[in-house]
Amino acid sequence: MDAKKIIIIGGGPAGLAAAIEANNQGIAPDDILILERDRELGGILNQCIHAGFGLHMFGEEMTGPEYAGRFIDIVKERNIGYLCNAMVLSVSPDREVAFVSPTEGFCRVKAGAIILAMGCRERTRGALNIAGTRPAGIYSAGTAQRYVNIDGYLPGKKVVILGSGDIGLIMARRLTLEGAKVLRVCELMPYSGGLPRNIAQCLDDFDIPLYLSHTVTEIHGRERVEGVTVAKVGDDRRPIVGTEEYIECDTLLLSVGLLPENELSREAGIALDRITGGAVVDETMQTSIPGVFACGNVLHVHDLVDFVTKEAYRAGAAAAKFVTGETVPGGNIRTGTVLSTEGKNGVRYVMPQKLHADGALSTETALFFRVDNIYRDKYVVLSVDGREITKTKKRFLEPGQMENVRLTDGAIDAIKTGKTVTVSLADA
Amino acid sequence: MKYDVCIIGAGITGAMTARKLAKYNVSVCVLEAAGDVAMGATKANSAIVHAGFDAECGTLKAALNVKGCAMMPAETKELDVPYKQCGSLVCAYSDAEIAHLEQLYARGCENGVPDMRIVGGDELRAMEPNISPDAVAALWAPTAGIVCPYELCIAACENAVINGVQFKTNFRVTNITKENGTFAVTDGNEIVYADYLVNAAGVHSDEIAVLAGETDFPMHVIPRRGEYMLLDRSEGKMANHVLFSCPSANGKGILVSPTVDGNLILGPTAKAIDDKDDTATTTDGLMEVQNGARHLVPTVNTRAVITQFSGVRPTPVYADGDITKSDFCIRISETVPGLLHLAGIESPGLASSPATGEYAVELLAKMGLSLTEKSSYTPGRPKKIRFRELSDEERAEVIKQNPLYGKIICRCETVTEGEIVDAIHRPLGARDLDMVKRRTRAGMGRCGSGFCSPRTVEILARELGVPMDTITKCGGNSVILNGGKK
Repeated sequence: MDAKKIIIIGGGPAGLAAAIEANNQGIAPDDILILERDRELGGILNQCIHAGFGLHMFGEEMTGPEYAGRFIDIVKERNIGYLCNAMVLSVSPDREVAFVSPTEGFCRVKAGAIILAMGCRERTRGALNIAGTRPAGIYSAGTAQRYVNIDGYLPGKKVVILGSGDIGLIMARRLTLEGAKVLRVCELMPYSGGLPRNIAQCLDDFDIPLYLSHTVTEIHGRERVEGVTVAKVGDDRRPIVGTEEYIECDTLLLSVGLLPENELSREAGIALDRITGGAVVDETMQTSIPGVFACGNVLHVHDLVDFVTKEAYRAGAAAAKFVTGETVPGGNIRTGTVLSTEGKNGVRYVMPQKLHADGALSTETALFFRVDNIYRDKYVVLSVDGREITKTKKRFLEPGQMENVRLTDGAIDAIKTGKTVTVSLADA
Repeated sequence: MKYDVCIIGAGITGAMTARKLAKYNVSVCVLEAAGDVAMGATKANSAIVHAGFDAECGTLKAALNVKGCAMMPAETKELDVPYKQCGSLVCAYSDAEIAHLEQLYARGCENGVPDMRIVGGDELRAMEPNISPDAVAALWAPTAGIVCPYELCIAACENAVINGVQFKTNFRVTNITKENGTFAVTDGNEIVYADYLVNAAGVHSDEIAVLAGETDFPMHVIPRRGEYMLLDRSEGKMANHVLFSCPSANGKGILVSPTVDGNLILGPTAKAIDDKDDTATTTDGLMEVQNGARHLVPTVNTRAVITQFSGVRPTPVYADGDITKSDFCIRISETVPGLLHLAGIESPGLASSPATGEYAVELLAKMGLSLTEKSSYTPGRPKKIRFRELSDEERAEVIKQNPLYGKIICRCETVTEGEIVDAIHRPLGARDLDMVKRRTRAGMGRCGSGFCSPRTVEILARELGVPMDTITKCGGNSVILNGGKK
């Protein structure tokens, strides 16, 4: 296979939008190659048949397949290159991608730029160290979603869900609609990690109880799950002895967090952020390796696909500029001052982690962040080298919702001579 | 159907015995209670081929361990099973423990373990940069190695099958009778007849002895559960060798070891339990594993855990009650002619297994089994493609020959559809998700099989010609999709 100007790893919402935007910026359709490991484009959206996608992008409520379909249609209309059933095995620092596919065999292809859009995976039972047996009937929420929505099988009848992430909440409703009994949702934290609208529409509307500060401590049943022990947890998040309760069920669903899938990035030597689990990027979504960009859930876990799309547009545009030789800050020749961003006082992380003082910063540039707890009536403060530049009042902040703060002209000026940009919370 | 030899139990001991018997013109049938081979202690242990300095001098255990360890490189090569002779280090933290190392060293020398040496703290740290700063010396045994125990067992069984050995899985022996010199072994549905009976039933070997009419069995089995944690490949380089603490009365203690597949294994605990088939993990046990591992490698990242599991080892307790003197209970029955016990085989049963298999054949010959070598014997097993380990050129070639090798199903372990289809159609082919996992590593990775299990279920259903909702995780009632078709 000939070299490509841009190779995009992943044909989900991030990869599709990045490809379309690269094409908008003048990269020919056949100079772009999307490598998708599944049998069709669309990524995880294909199994997200519930509504709620597209409110920000299109001002209408769409299902996952509908949302993905808009982008897939454009990719196909424009004949942008893509290959399904294609699994990338490695990415080299000099931008060579090795992949396999049943039709193309084993290939090594050079790319002018690479966009990482591999998405994320779910945390597992193993990662939680839940004691007990290892029977059938334990699924991550996404796996159960695939069985129900793609394969057409109900994985179980009496279900306990651990974790109140959005997929778990969506699946509580989905399984109920399909005839299963969802007995309860247990959440380790004293608050849910899911979107408020999902708590209302997926649990409250179906009288499914949410047990905050509860966890599953043991799994029972040798062949199939027969029950789980749940217990209340204290402030240290450890189970409180004496609060254990046995719940008879045949299924345990886990919705306990998403992890960006960065094994390829790590092996390529790309610097990763310890907190997000994704690459360290600058305002153009460029990683520590010039010409390699990242966007979507492989970069940091998003709550809404609409924001993935917008992020991917930025990555696609910057990758196009990189290969056409337009100045991209931090490109082949790094120029100007590089600033770091940081989160403080309740801000867990800030993305992008790097900003270029002489870069393409504008009042459109936003710093994305998540908070580490539930907060009410706080200022979101943007400061440069400790000097407060802007503050915005927020009535309510929660870890489940990604927040952002836009740069102002004043901030952009301050960044030109600064070293560190900080996003923090302060009392209102 | 009548056989010359019936082996009860398809763990590593039964499997290696079957493989060694398959060289001869004898008919052999292996009966296994579980749905697959390697399902008892063989499936869940430390995956280590011990050098042989632990066992008391003069025991059968010592002799078989040292011989088995020496046989392992050739044995694994013949069977196309990955083996790494990485060596082991027993680490000492005090003068008292150094004295213990010296005892182990002396014992090892007497057992015939080659090339051992006691290394000082500096050399230890050069060999193991992540070892605890409190470790002051170690016993270095370069002949120890690491192997995937169930893969070795499956390979030995596949080898036995292609050389004519019959396997019957899901055959839980419920009764054994003997008439006119012939054993009749049944699971309640089917009867298998044989002239010679080999008891290799692991934790259940004392029960099988009784069923077979043994009246002079010298021991009973205490099931001792060992819990483990398996860490991500990202942690595989935290140890270069098998790392032990100084042993205690309860066994060799918690170890830290690389696995042959590149993961890091931590464990085991050693707890006597009542139920021989109870392989649940416990909160306390997993805590003990983590603490024990940190004793050796303080910076081990136990958050990078992929899975926890436990195995039940058959600890033999002899009538005199001294657990530390226990040897393998390998003996020709004195009360039931034609009955051979390969019982009470706990650690180092895996390391000993090729030698145990050969020894069992010798004993059967002694018992009167006539052995003539088979001209058609094949030492290996059907070729197995491990896509993950192929070079670029080899990958291109296998995909050209079969495009299914170009379709990755398990992204964490880079397992292709071609490998899964092969696992289903091989001798003793996979019938459930866990059988596929043990044969291909699909589902063994960090996503906990979240991505590949729906695809593997689909492939199993397609290849076996059955609906998806009949596919199980591990046989029996472990149906994956039990809520019905929409």
